[in-house]
Amino acid sequence: MWDNISLLGIAPLLNVQLLLDGILIGAIFALAAYGLALVWGVTNVKNLAQGDFVIMGGYIAYVFSTLGFHPILALPVAAVLMFGFGWLVYRLIIAHVIGRDLFTSLLATFGLALVIQQVLNLIFGPDVQTAESGFDILFLFGGQVTLAEIKLVSLILAGTLAALIVIFMKTSRMGQAIRATAQNARAAKIMGIDTDQVYAFTFALNAAICGAAGVLISMIWVIQPFFGISYSIRSFVIVTAAGLGNLPGVIIAGLGLGAAEQFSGFVLGAEFQQATVVGLLVLVLIFRQLQMRRHRKVVA
Amino acid sequence: MSFMKPICAAAAMAASLSLGLAAPASAKVEGDTIILGSAISLTGKYSTNGIHAQNGYELAVKQINDAGGVMVGGKSYKFKVVYYDDESTPARGAQLAERLIKQDGVKFLLGPYSSGLTKAIAPVTEKYKIPMIEAEGASRSLFTQGYKYLFAVLSTSEQYLASAIALAAEVAEKNGKKASDVRIAMAFENDPFSLDVRAGVVDDAAKFGMQIVIDDKLPRDLSDMSATLTKVKALKPDLLVISGHSKGAATAARQLKEMRIDTPMVAMTHCEAAQVTAKFEGASEGLLCPTQWAETLSYKDGYFGTAAEYDALFKKTFEGYKSVPYQSAQASAAVLVWKDALERADSFDIGKVRDAIAATEMDTFYGKIKFSPQGNNVAKPMVLRQIQGGKYNVVAPSKWASHEAVHPRNPKY
Repeated sequence: MWDNISLLGIAPLLNVQLLLDGILIGAIFALAAYGLALVWGVTNVKNLAQGDFVIMGGYIAYVFSTLGFHPILALPVAAVLMFGFGWLVYRLIIAHVIGRDLFTSLLATFGLALVIQQVLNLIFGPDVQTAESGFDILFLFGGQVTLAEIKLVSLILAGTLAALIVIFMKTSRMGQAIRATAQNARAAKIMGIDTDQVYAFTFALNAAICGAAGVLISMIWVIQPFFGISYSIRSFVIVTAAGLGNLPGVIIAGLGLGAAEQFSGFVLGAEFQQATVVGLLVLVLIFRQLQMRRHRKVVA
Repeated sequence: MSFMKPICAAAAMAASLSLGLAAPASAKVEGDTIILGSAISLTGKYSTNGIHAQNGYELAVKQINDAGGVMVGGKSYKFKVVYYDDESTPARGAQLAERLIKQDGVKFLLGPYSSGLTKAIAPVTEKYKIPMIEAEGASRSLFTQGYKYLFAVLSTSEQYLASAIALAAEVAEKNGKKASDVRIAMAFENDPFSLDVRAGVVDDAAKFGMQIVIDDKLPRDLSDMSATLTKVKALKPDLLVISGHSKGAATAARQLKEMRIDTPMVAMTHCEAAQVTAKFEGASEGLLCPTQWAETLSYKDGYFGTAAEYDALFKKTFEGYKSVPYQSAQASAAVLVWKDALERADSFDIGKVRDAIAATEMDTFYGKIKFSPQGNNVAKPMVLRQIQGGKYNVVAPSKWASHEAVHPRNPKY
């Protein structure tokens, strides 16, 4: 471990490589996490199938590439298809558990995650798949730092998507209705907002965001029917750290998590890369607990 | 949930009926048919390879039956295999082995797919003293438990990448360096199989006095190894070895390219399963990939002919195979051992059959088969192939090599 840390000191460009890799992938984590925050904040459903929605998006890109299209074209298609899928899931499942206690919605979405995994496995088989962007590699600092162009393109696309969502939430009628419902569902209902419709739209929008994130993931990493869980966990860590309804927080936490994974993978070894994610969740929870205790004292 | 009850009952009835038809509660031999049993992964995460293995079993059964079957006590018998789907889960596999033995009365078993499933089933076969010839569980730990009824036709996992170490030593000496100058970077998935492969590499590296500069263990749901590869870039090892099933091979091939890793020798398992030649055409050039079997090897037997003839027959019998996975070849070899052993035992007495299997010494299209007292095949080496011009060519061990290894590797990034 100390060897690796001193290596980072001797060759400072390694830090740049790790940071770039981490931040660029972190942007996609942030995207999926924002979807989770949205659904969590508005409907109070903690969607455990979040990562599986991401993987579904990835498979849509994979199908696109096998059909001879460029996988990046799958982005709008995946968003639309997943929006429809999200709407359907809301009507069939989520609408029935939305008012129930936490445990019911956790179980329902966990069950949904299992079904998605198995169906993907039946259709595509258990082998890993990738969608090739065919983009080039950039060499920075005389070739000492390499950067796949697809990661930059993904960052731009993820950023654009996030900006679009923000504009939508601020300016459109539905966006305002979503925010009103998140603040106080009962009041929103009294004001004439069809909250059921808002819930359905929010859940579908989340699925669409995940689908888009999945398309990007399939071009950068690899996808497999059972990989969803790691994206679900990352989304939960990011949202827990950032808090609900805090988009800048989600972005910073997402980028930070991406970078933290890379550095821990380098310093501690790849076996700790994902342990870091869970470790950070524990730290965040402890920190939040302390924060709230102080808050409770003040209130008392 | 009361509506579930009748459904469950109906499903259970249907299941027991269909099982009743597929495998009447019978003994090992029915009339002129010898029943072999196997719990195999037809669904779930191992289903691709589970089906490869099943196809291998079926092809051998057909070939043996067509060629006159198995002669025991002067009478000719046909083989038939009863399969149950273990859904790729060890607990289910163990249950099904129990069912094959206790309910169906099967006395001769073929193995499941993967070391994990074999590990779950072996204690059951051992408990009932039922011999099992398996073809898909390579973990070394299967053969350190003192099992008496478990036999494996394939090479064990610690041999998978050991030949790459020997090759690296050979190359170093050819270039006027010492084998002990070789620096190795390792990235292995944190699962029993890959860690076995790692143990073999560590042992052999120690033998040559090589230095291990990176020893990373990749997480199970791994989809990124760029942190490890950044280290590789910084430390410039002479040999990079990777094992993490097909996801490891796919991730590595993609990220080797992305990060322009120029390590002169890179060896990894599961190249074929990850389809690296098709998906990462230029980047996969020069990768060293171990295999249990290749159709270009000069092995042969009296049932299938040469390895190449097996390859041709398999492709003709099963549609959709561009190349024959070694998982199928070794499954076929396991059935050949059953035939050979039953004929030598000339009896269906379990004890005699078990001893006949233990005494096996035969040539097959899959290679030589001879079991150690622990039950693993010690007569067949792993071979190392290098991807050259998009083709897999055998480069080591030298006895079987058809091509010279290209060093340093020349990927087209």
